[in-house]
Amino acid sequence: MELIGNLVLQALQMIVVLALAPGLTGFVRKVKARLTRRQGAPVLQPYRDLWRLLQKEVVLAENASWLFRVSPYMIFAATWVAAALVPTFAIGLQFSWTADLIAIVALLGSARFFLALAGMDVGTSFGGIGASREMMIGAFAEPAMLLMVFTVALVAGSTQLSNVAAYLQSDAVGIRVSLGMALVALVIVALAENARIPVDNPATHLELTMVHEAMVLEYSGRHLAMIELAAMLKLLLYMALIGAIFVPFGIHAAGDGIVGLLKGVVYFLIKLAASAVLLATFETSIAKMRVFRVPDFLGAALMLGLLGTLLLFVSRSL
Amino acid sequence: MQTYAFDISHLLAGSLVLVSFMMIYQDRLYALLNTFALQAVLLAAAVAWQAFIQGASHLYASAAIALVFKAIIVPWALHRLVQRLGIQREVETVAGVVPTMLAGMGLVALSILLMLELTTTTESALAREDLAFALSVILLGMLMMVTRRNAVSQVVGFMSLENGLILAAAGAEGMPFVVEISVAFSVLIAMIVIGVFLFRIRERFDSVDIEAMEQYRGERRS
Amino acid sequence: MILAAVACVGLLFALSLAAALSPGVARASFLVYGASAALCIALGIVGFVSLAFPVGSAEMTLPIGLPWLGTHLRIDALAALFLLLLGTGGAAASVYAIGYGRHEAEPQRTLPFYPGFLGAMAVVLIADDAFTFLLSWEVMSLLSWALVLTHHRGEDARRASYIYLMMAGCGTMALLLAFGLMAGAEGGYGFAAIRANGHSPALAAAVLALMLLGTGSKAGLMPVHVWLPVAHPAAPSHVSALMSGVMTKVAVYGFVRVAFDLLGPLPWWISPVVIVAGAGTAVMGILFAILDTDSKRVLAWSTIENVGVIFAALGLALAFRASGMPGLAALAMTAALVHAMNHMLFKSLLFMVAGAVLVATGKRELDALGGLIHRMPVTAVLALIGVTAIAALPPLNGFVSEWLLFQSVLQSPQLPQPGLQFLVPAAGGILALTAALAAAAFVRFYGVIFLGRPREDAAANAVEADRWLLGAMAGLAILCVLAGVLPGFLIDLVGPAVEIATGAQIAPQGGNAWLTLVPLPEVKSSYSGFLVMIFVAISGGGTAWIVHRVASRGLRRGPAWDCGFPNAEPNTQYGAGSFAQPIRRAFGPVFAARETVVMPPPGDLSPARHEVETADLSWRHLYEPILGAVDAVTTRANDMQFLTIRRYLSLVFGTLILLLVGLAIWN
Repeated sequence: MELIGNLVLQALQMIVVLALAPGLTGFVRKVKARLTRRQGAPVLQPYRDLWRLLQKEVVLAENASWLFRVSPYMIFAATWVAAALVPTFAIGLQFSWTADLIAIVALLGSARFFLALAGMDVGTSFGGIGASREMMIGAFAEPAMLLMVFTVALVAGSTQLSNVAAYLQSDAVGIRVSLGMALVALVIVALAENARIPVDNPATHLELTMVHEAMVLEYSGRHLAMIELAAMLKLLLYMALIGAIFVPFGIHAAGDGIVGLLKGVVYFLIKLAASAVLLATFETSIAKMRVFRVPDFLGAALMLGLLGTLLLFVSRSL
Repeated sequence: MQTYAFDISHLLAGSLVLVSFMMIYQDRLYALLNTFALQAVLLAAAVAWQAFIQGASHLYASAAIALVFKAIIVPWALHRLVQRLGIQREVETVAGVVPTMLAGMGLVALSILLMLELTTTTESALAREDLAFALSVILLGMLMMVTRRNAVSQVVGFMSLENGLILAAAGAEGMPFVVEISVAFSVLIAMIVIGVFLFRIRERFDSVDIEAMEQYRGERRS
Repeated sequence: MILAAVACVGLLFALSLAAALSPGVARASFLVYGASAALCIALGIVGFVSLAFPVGSAEMTLPIGLPWLGTHLRIDALAALFLLLLGTGGAAASVYAIGYGRHEAEPQRTLPFYPGFLGAMAVVLIADDAFTFLLSWEVMSLLSWALVLTHHRGEDARRASYIYLMMAGCGTMALLLAFGLMAGAEGGYGFAAIRANGHSPALAAAVLALMLLGTGSKAGLMPVHVWLPVAHPAAPSHVSALMSGVMTKVAVYGFVRVAFDLLGPLPWWISPVVIVAGAGTAVMGILFAILDTDSKRVLAWSTIENVGVIFAALGLALAFRASGMPGLAALAMTAALVHAMNHMLFKSLLFMVAGAVLVATGKRELDALGGLIHRMPVTAVLALIGVTAIAALPPLNGFVSEWLLFQSVLQSPQLPQPGLQFLVPAAGGILALTAALAAAAFVRFYGVIFLGRPREDAAANAVEADRWLLGAMAGLAILCVLAGVLPGFLIDLVGPAVEIATGAQIAPQGGNAWLTLVPLPEVKSSYSGFLVMIFVAISGGGTAWIVHRVASRGLRRGPAWDCGFPNAEPNTQYGAGSFAQPIRRAFGPVFAARETVVMPPPGDLSPARHEVETADLSWRHLYEPILGAVDAVTTRANDMQFLTIRRYLSLVFGTLILLLVGLAIWN
């Protein structure tokens, strides 16, 4: 009986992240539009877009291979599994121990890997430019992420997200400057990984500086829908990750009952909304940077991760 | 209260180090000056917090001095200086941002190592930790002076170095107030002198890039 | 068991001899490679059995070799593990060679050396005294040198083999000195005697430095790696696979044997040297892999990277062991050994892929290939498994060892030395950077070779590899997947070897629920490759099914969109050089990259050119000064050829006096 309950909870988590992801993107777009004094599309627009895309026929480039057709599902599946393993409204889910934070990062790395391969498949110059830049960004973002993980794991004593969230929820933490640095590092990584300004522009469709859009340029129909949905899931994943590690309040723990669960969901929605507003504000107030400034930007995140670790040693060894 | 005493001073001192890194990262003069002002505000907060937990009222005065001079007057003056010199363009760094930051990380690691090796555990944790961070800020300030070509950013590096000194002084209980004031004034005077020099340099060479000066002195043959 | 191993080795050498004596026999290639494959499988079984069910005598002394020493042979768990590795890699390479050998122009230049090379490696692994170890090491070096020279008509191959010979000579010299130091004045050359000797910290440090040079030069540790990226690719592909996949592991074995087994306890300050050497090698290796435009050289650079990762893990194990934490040392050691195993699997696989592409197109330059996924569909699938594994992506095997390594890096705060506490996280960051760069390097490798459009006719007319090639590659690919999805069994298999090296094992993993890895139960970090694969497969497959059922399944082929400006020229695609450009820019100083744009003057119709120059700085800053010094000394010494007899005599006399004085001072 308990097992069934846990499985239901796990399934619920998977469905919730999937269902919320387009809404989150729509909400960010809406806030951005309002901030620039535009009306903006309705919050539910991404759902409609996805549905429309799903029903359209796929136009495939003549020399596209099977990899090009399989990749969207691979990318979507890897991202979805990663998103399902991040504590959103509850911790201690049935399969939460399947992958720790390092494995989640690596799963997202798999998604990136296949996206870049798909970008190179048709053999157009845009696909290649996107793939090569995406891999460069990834090369800096992943170590920054790992050092951030390192800091957090040093504080919480585990890389298992459920344990981390549970520990950081307790009073044992106190105020840690290292965690602040880890937060900034994670935010920088999240901006880069989600192709947001200042690293990439999610709204562009024809620009020499585009990265993510350049890779998916040849996609259409259901394939494009899967990739878009994966990107939306990734945004939600990073927001949930920041929430679970740095503002772990109100997450449902095993044995909290149905009220705790509802509370967890409500808190989760509030956190998502807050981070969406912050993201939109940040994006409207900053300009996109040159591609070759990106290593500096991500290098800063890397340094922050390392600095956080170093400072943690000071406080531990005293 | 005692549990948070350490946490908060750790937070403030750590943030000072962080802001030092932010200064290394900045490549525009105005942004650099703003970051410097932020560091001064943080310094004031750190010193005030030390005053509070040590119960040393004269440190409040130090905090106030830091706030007024370094967070408001100096940045404002430098701001005007930059404006009048018309050098709002990019700061030229000698090495790239990432290598400089890497060197900075090494310096922080070095100062923490030194602190762990040289001080004993009998001393208060607060003082030790302050010392490590203060040394980091000092070294990062020096690094900034070394890696920047622009005279204004060198001044800022110097001031940030001095911030580190004050942090160290505040952490070490019982630093006389007189010393503090004299340090503050000497820095102010240094700034005025440097400011005057900047104008002189600029009149002479039409640039505040100090390499131009080196060329004039014949030190650099390229 | 040892008897079986010795019999296999003897047969391998006999096979070499037979191949050398009977050059013109028809189907010689099939017979030699087939027999090698069978013997390798036997060796692998010996290794597996000695590892999993240690029965029977594991020691043996043959009355050949030095008269007072004989030849001591022994299979313990460590040797058995590497025998298993050798057997697997050797068997796959031999099966592959049955097909690949048909395309060789001069099979008689490969056949006599190939089985002997395998045999020599096996003897290195089972040697139980310094003399046997060094002798077989040297035989291994020489035979592999001969194999590098297979395509001796190419200028590259000749240069490569020359550099290799020099480096191998220096490496063996370092090993000789190391063993001499360990044996001490009494000259106890048996491993048991060496083990029983006490070694002072200074001596141990000297030995370890020499071992780093000696085994490191064989494994490809920087800066003694220079021969590897030229020599490994120069050999025929199945030999490249063996050299990269197996021979570098034999070198790792040598290091582990000496540093962890023979030397006994070591001071902690040795470990940072190994960690820094490993992490530095890893990141430099992969950066050069991203730059290189030759398919096999890319793989060779990536071998350097992986060896760096292994050595970093070994350094970590040394650090933990020196601080009295055998459990954590075992974790790091497990990571190192599992990675050695994994690297053998995927690197051999990828070298075979490069070989298959070479057979199909005759090209090694990345910028000549492209679009092979259409022409060589099966190879493309197998290659995809290989690149996914080597890029350390879950749920394949590369990620497992990477994950174990990161787990042990995360335990570094428990180390008592502040210096190591700072160093290890930084090294961890570098290793993460390496992993991410590896992903970039292999997207480039796969993307340029298999995806896009063919850049030259050779690629457009390629044909699929034959069944021997495909069979060998498929075997390795399946092992890659199995080791990734069921890592617990591999880790348990490695356990006894880890025990020998560090005195402890990590908790058994095979019986965990859902095949999850929980290396340190108290830390509660866990990863289940099995579940990850199941989840990804179910959610991906399920989604695809639902989408096709519910939404749409329509499909139309059309010209590529490319923002409305598709260009039919295949060289408008991103190629090997352009793909590397962002990373080349970001890490420019590391390889002294210089980009120049040559613009023709106005009116000139020749095309503008973009030229990139990069250099391996270790050549410029280490080898060229040494070469210069050697050159200067030899020029000076040249004068000595033209002396009078009286001068020669006085030289001899002076030397004698000097030696006598030296002797007097010594005593």
